[in-house]
Amino acid sequence: MLEKALEGSKKYWAWVFFLGIFALSGTYWYIRQFNEGLGLTGMHRDVSWGLYIGQFTFLVGVAASAVMLVIPYYLHDFKKFGKIVILGEFLAISAVTMCILFIFVDMGQPMRIMNVMLHPTPGSVMFWDSVVLSGYLFINALVGWVTLGADKKGVPPPKWIKPFIYLSIPWAISIHTVTAFLYSGVPGRHFWLTAVMAARFLASAFAGGPALLIILALIVRKVSKFDAGKDVIQAISRIVAYAMFANVFLLGLEFFTAFYSGIPGHQHPFVYLYKGLDGHSELVTLMWTSSIFAAVSLIMLWVPKIRRNEGLLALACIMLFSSLWIDKGFGLIIGGFVPNPFEEVNPYWPTYPETMITIGVWAIGFIVLTFLYKIAISVREQTAGVEIEH
Amino acid sequence: MKIYNGGPIFLGILVFLAIALFPFYNNFGKVNAKPEPKVDTPAIQEYEKANGKKECIESKEWMRGEHMQILNQWRDSVVRDYNRTYKSNSHPNAAPFNMSLQSGCMKCHSNKKKFCDECHNYLSVKPYCWDCHIQPEEKEEVKS
Amino acid sequence: MSMDRRQFLKFSGIASILGFGATVADATNLITGKQLLPPQVDKNKETLTAKRWAMVVDMSKFKTDEDFQKTITACHSIHNVPDFRKPDGAPDRKFEVKWIWKSTYEKAFPGMESQYQSEHVKDMPFMLLCNHCTNPACVRVCPTKATYKLPDGITMQDMHRCIGCRFCMAACPYGARSFNWVDPRRAANLDPAKGGKVNPEYPTRTKGVVEKCTFCTERLAVGKRPACVETAPAGALLFGDLEDPNSEVRKIVTNKLTIRRKPELGTGPAIYYLIGGGDHA
Repeated sequence: MLEKALEGSKKYWAWVFFLGIFALSGTYWYIRQFNEGLGLTGMHRDVSWGLYIGQFTFLVGVAASAVMLVIPYYLHDFKKFGKIVILGEFLAISAVTMCILFIFVDMGQPMRIMNVMLHPTPGSVMFWDSVVLSGYLFINALVGWVTLGADKKGVPPPKWIKPFIYLSIPWAISIHTVTAFLYSGVPGRHFWLTAVMAARFLASAFAGGPALLIILALIVRKVSKFDAGKDVIQAISRIVAYAMFANVFLLGLEFFTAFYSGIPGHQHPFVYLYKGLDGHSELVTLMWTSSIFAAVSLIMLWVPKIRRNEGLLALACIMLFSSLWIDKGFGLIIGGFVPNPFEEVNPYWPTYPETMITIGVWAIGFIVLTFLYKIAISVREQTAGVEIEH
Repeated sequence: MKIYNGGPIFLGILVFLAIALFPFYNNFGKVNAKPEPKVDTPAIQEYEKANGKKECIESKEWMRGEHMQILNQWRDSVVRDYNRTYKSNSHPNAAPFNMSLQSGCMKCHSNKKKFCDECHNYLSVKPYCWDCHIQPEEKEEVKS
Repeated sequence: MSMDRRQFLKFSGIASILGFGATVADATNLITGKQLLPPQVDKNKETLTAKRWAMVVDMSKFKTDEDFQKTITACHSIHNVPDFRKPDGAPDRKFEVKWIWKSTYEKAFPGMESQYQSEHVKDMPFMLLCNHCTNPACVRVCPTKATYKLPDGITMQDMHRCIGCRFCMAACPYGARSFNWVDPRRAANLDPAKGGKVNPEYPTRTKGVVEKCTFCTERLAVGKRPACVETAPAGALLFGDLEDPNSEVRKIVTNKLTIRRKPELGTGPAIYYLIGGGDHA
């Protein structure tokens, strides 16, 4: 099936080439970072994680969100998702690839990455995160490949793949839970020390991932004969709406606990992010943009009339995705580090090389995604009209 | 005889050969003098005077093949178990040696360029010891 | 030691079988493992030992700024800690690395200050360093056991193994850990080309690893007390075995009022700040 990725229109290759430029520039800056050290980034002693780990965290959510298609289709026999579930699985593969790359570019000594396997440390959440992420990549690649291969031949997928499909459901939950534990299990970082962290991660993931999938499905429909179906997109948009509501609700809980309890340490990160602290207000505009986008997109998804208009739905999904990207891919990390353990405010902002590396990783992720979608769509176009019982 | 798709096939073979043979043509014509590590530093000569012989922590042959293993062992043993002295296996009568690259090995083998680098360069291995450990100060060798 | 090695070999064996690959050195280690010599290693006879090393800090003994500076300099110069400076000579906080440093009451004990305290009280100096916690968060989170507890209570760091993930920095509630954002030898104080000088008896670090105070394990191994303890004014930094009822640190902790930084987090810091000072035990 791989050969399907190698034959395409001029537009297809132009798109791949366009992404390739960013991937190359990212690689160039990464080589420089590799030689000079992470000093090339905006990170410092007080904010020792930044954009890279933020992207990693956000993308684990995108990867986990495939489960929102797998559950209805395989557990509830919601047949309509039959076509699009492969897009979800392939999105997960691309997202996990980006996660792994973001972890890699964030490491101070990337050549020693195998130390995690050579000296396994079951007490470390980071160890488990690397285990569950590589496992998730494997499961999705296997399931996606086998089911698509069966579709190509016009036969139902083999029986032995079913356990892997069911396993992918708890596994998806686990990757994001373990990622949340990275944060919610450390003492002394008030912003992260919250029991609802994992729940919030899952809620935002199940909103953001499917929102991206809607955008992707609409694009795919434009550029190919593959149509996920209007009602399928509507069904997903309802999932997005519920999950986003849960996410906003959980964020509200955080505000309540911080401000009603009156504990200053719990309030400071919120004050820094949304109002500014000690004369520093670097993130205020960004965080309010996130909040407004969240509120507006939620309303748009909630009102059936707006949601049914696919143009407005796409706009709502873009706003929702951006809102979550700011909140989870940036604010969440910085809020944990500002103020620092001495209650000093030492702001962080990504540098140009750091940004280019980040864009480069996204570009690589999208190249992977483009190839995988090209394969899936080509197979689907060949078997168009043939309904396959899974 | 006609070869179908001949162009891409031969191009592929050429690319493969170019990559596979890289080590050969890359090193072609370079002078590769056989390394001859020297063990005649002042510290070693002093040791010889005091003990009547030159001896390393283990036999020369063993050290040649296994010194990287012993360094790996030492570093864990020193950093994790407070161990600092090493009793030789092959010449048990020697006094215990100080388990330290910087303050042990290199105190005797103060001629890093001749003793370490020559072999490592010859074999094209690049140990990262000296990214952290301080190498002994060496005077530029005067050619006589 | 032999257990460790067996475990190590086992793990690297499993790792190789599973195709995770291994560094060349580790792979060679695996192949030639049976030829490795039985360990014949031991501690130095003069090694200072304890069940639980701890420190009592008596801030009243630090009188002048010089008292602080000479203590900090002793530590940082012995351990080749880089001192990054901006072109105008001011400290460059972006790449800052520190093992022991001077802070203030307000910063060392956030949340303890009160409305009517004068600036003088809020700014009272405090000497800060790694707390060598009994239950350290940094050790718990490290994915490679690069930071770990020694049997004598010291929280130690293996620079050879650190992968630079900086999870320990996120986990430490005391800001005790520093990362090498660039090659530390670029700092003027370590770069001979810029007039710097390294201590040839101790390594520097490489870029991309985390470092912190080690309670001078390398000095304890040769029978010396930590460098800061030796250079600080007499009685300012007391170092001893907290498990030994007759040790000075134990007597002070038992009988005098001491405070620790953020004890409510359950990390069990081993640095005790003596309140009152003066004519203690």
